[in-house]
Amino acid sequence: MSTAQMVMYEEEFQKINEIMNRLLKEANAKVIFLVDKNGQLISGVGETERFDTTSLASLTAGNIAATGGLAKLIGEKEFSILFHEGEKDNLHISIVGGRVILVVLFDSRSSLGLVRLRVKKSSEELSTIFEVLLKKAEDKERRGVSDFPFAEITDDDIDSLFS
Amino acid sequence: MSFINYASREINCKIVYYGPGLCGKTTNLQYIYQKTAPDAKGKMISLATETERTLFFDFLPLALGEIRGFKTRFHLYTVPGQVFYDASRKLILKGVDGVVFVADSQEERTDANCESLDNLRGNLQEQGYDLDKLPYVVQYNKRDLNNILSIEELRRDVNPTNVPEFEACATTGEGVFETLKAVAKLILMDLKKGR
Ligand SMILES: Nc1nc2c(ncn2[C@@H]2O[C@H](COP(=O)(O)OP(=O)(O)O)[C@@H](O)[C@H]2O)c(=O)[nH]1
Ligand SMILES: [Mg+2]
Repeated sequence: MSTAQMVMYEEEFQKINEIMNRLLKEANAKVIFLVDKNGQLISGVGETERFDTTSLASLTAGNIAATGGLAKLIGEKEFSILFHEGEKDNLHISIVGGRVILVVLFDSRSSLGLVRLRVKKSSEELSTIFEVLLKKAEDKERRGVSDFPFAEITDDDIDSLFS
Repeated sequence: MSFINYASREINCKIVYYGPGLCGKTTNLQYIYQKTAPDAKGKMISLATETERTLFFDFLPLALGEIRGFKTRFHLYTVPGQVFYDASRKLILKGVDGVVFVADSQEERTDANCESLDNLRGNLQEQGYDLDKLPYVVQYNKRDLNNILSIEELRRDVNPTNVPEFEACATTGEGVFETLKAVAKLILMDLKKGR
């Protein structure tokens, strides 16, 4: 496999959520999501129940991937920030540590300037946490330790998923 | 690549349905969507053109249940089949955990099948994956039609490595869940081994 397995642990998950909750307050945002570049939702804070978070995660990743493709075509590495302006709500999308995507949804109670400022600081903190996670994963891979939570999974377990 | 979250006790895996244009990838997902209980599926998203051809991807999230206390989710994607959408196909393959190659059984689609399989191999290689090392199954779709090749002929063309193969008719759903289940199983077994 070209990249190490992405694994999230309790300790880092809590830290990530703390940072996101703080960003939510400081940026006066409505909701904030953290999405894996492959389209999987890592976490969400704020008014998350109002949104279809799974679809949001997948489309955000598709969006980043597509604009990343565009960037390469014009000789850029990637566009690290995307901003979508709506009539009421706006989306600020940025890449954290080259690996995950931070999505901030905000309305007129906040501003692009404020969001950009706060995101910058939080991104650095999040970035550090993901570096730690990546190190952990690489370490395990090197030692040949599996992170799979149920080593003794059986055919029956899988069959039961589809029954 | 799969994402294991110990905090929320979830495992997420990404499955990509690959194959030539009009072979039945979107129809596979539509059938799965129809037959899955409402609480086990999210919205199916199709980024399609006005003529219903897949433009970027179809996406169907499935949360089928738990294995030993871990919510097991599969995110199903299809790629646009037409040759000129190659850039989009590459993007969708990023982070893939398992691949279903859907072949069109019709005689006149032989070249399209072969070309698409070549394209899959190449695009995976570009991202550092080896199709022979990935969880991978083949589906021979449209078995209900008349002008179709025999399984032996299809196998020679698109399954020379003898991976698990399934006959299907995606419009009626025959073979659709068998295919999905087989690739899901390979993915989970692959994770268990630890890579
Ligand atoms: N007869 C028959 N038609 C099929 C089958 N599967 C798909 N189709 C039809 O083939 C066409 C293309 O299918 P679609 O799923 O959009 O192909 P995609 O380009 O691979 O996504 C549609 O008109 C489907 O109804 C099948 O098993 N048998
Ligand atoms: Mg399609």
